[in-house]
Amino acid sequence: MGLFARAPQGKVAALLANANLASEFEWLRKPEIGSVMLRGRAGAVGAPFNLGEMTVTRCSLRLPNGEVGHGYVQGRDKDAAQSAALADALLQTDAASDISQQILLPLRTAEFEKKKNRAEKAASTKVEFFTMARGED
Amino acid sequence: MYVAVKGGERAIDNAHAWLAEERRGDKKVPELSVDQIREQLSLAINRVMAEGSLYDPDLAALAIKQSRGDLIEAIFLIRAYRTTLPRFGYSEPIETSKMACDRRISATFKDLPGGQVLGPTFDYTHRLLDFKLAADGEIPDAPNKQANQENVPHVAEFLNNEGLIQQETRSDATPPDLTREPLELPADRALRLQALTRADEGFTLGMAYSSQRGYARNHAFVGELRIGAVAVEIDVPELGFAIEIGEITVTECETVNQFQGSKTEPAQFTRGYGLVFGQTERKAISMALVDRALRWEELGEDDLGAPVQDAEFVLYHSDNIQATGFLEHIKLPHYVDFQAELELVRNLRKTAFESQKMEAAE
Repeated sequence: MGLFARAPQGKVAALLANANLASEFEWLRKPEIGSVMLRGRAGAVGAPFNLGEMTVTRCSLRLPNGEVGHGYVQGRDKDAAQSAALADALLQTDAASDISQQILLPLRTAEFEKKKNRAEKAASTKVEFFTMARGED
Repeated sequence: MYVAVKGGERAIDNAHAWLAEERRGDKKVPELSVDQIREQLSLAINRVMAEGSLYDPDLAALAIKQSRGDLIEAIFLIRAYRTTLPRFGYSEPIETSKMACDRRISATFKDLPGGQVLGPTFDYTHRLLDFKLAADGEIPDAPNKQANQENVPHVAEFLNNEGLIQQETRSDATPPDLTREPLELPADRALRLQALTRADEGFTLGMAYSSQRGYARNHAFVGELRIGAVAVEIDVPELGFAIEIGEITVTECETVNQFQGSKTEPAQFTRGYGLVFGQTERKAISMALVDRALRWEELGEDDLGAPVQDAEFVLYHSDNIQATGFLEHIKLPHYVDFQAELELVRNLRKTAFESQKMEAAE
């Protein structure tokens, strides 16, 4: 679900459409926009404190055969929440391996590449100290 | 007494129409898109998200556009929007030890596991205007270098291992929330940290600077400053377990402060903590210094009477929306109030003149 939540706008819907995996469903909870209060810890490890909120869109739906899917995505994107919930529900059906191959795998690869690129840019700014010869001999 | 006054409606409508026109500026110049603001004014976005206390770059970009770049006005818009959102829940505390660091530096240890990573910083630039930017030049890709994407340990942990730094006590207590209950004193550290992370950057900087200049000096070193992405997890009741619902970029600063010991605490290093949405390091460092100064009581230090030690002074004046609301309301019509004042001053003067006249006559 983390992959769905972090996917770029429209990505999950596009992958679902490409894979011809769209399905009928009924809403259990229509997409709604709200917030989640995020927390940190004092000194990174101590007692929790409230850091500020983040926008989140969520929904729940049911497939004709009864599988229930939940979508929780960052930001205010009802379509993304719907796609995430649909993919979540389909993961509980015979289509699970198709979802893994055609949705999760490309999302994971894209995210890996993006993170790797950022980490590599950061690595190129790592300081490599060297000591000047002091000439004391 | 209030007296209804009408007649301003047309003037207000026309003022707003003109505001929209002035916001747009010269129509011969292409209009800024919200995407352009989000991507190219990202540090302004970060400030609006941090002080608006709502992580949503698209909304922050829209607010900056609508406010013509007045960031406090933009923060105001975000705060107002935030109050319309139903709250789905609270996240697990974010794990900054698992941060994918864009930047990570320490001013206390040169060689440390994970190294000194500068990241996209203004530090070491010469602060000379770059006229190439005015001529929209192409920029080359920044270099890449093979990276191992392991977790980077916190600097405080090294000192912790030696027992030389004050320990933070881990707890899972539910922290107070100033967006639900009004901020009241005495404020515990969790409440102070919540107020500070959304506090005005300029105010926090000024307070931190005052402590550096000697008003309750606390000898801060930046033990560690890190900026990067962390996962957000929440417990979803319908699932019964925690799931990742997104990723945010934060700046974390931990200061290591010299401490001679007090009546209750042995000599050791103490800590100040800053954690702020986005890439916002000036604010995060300031927050850590102010947090440390406000901890004087729990560390058994003396009250030196410095403003930065005064929780009431700091916390009640650090919110720029509260401050601007109260400050700017005095420009709104106070005709009746002022009429009363006018009457009062006239009467006082009249009484004074009359008594002078009486004295002169006697």
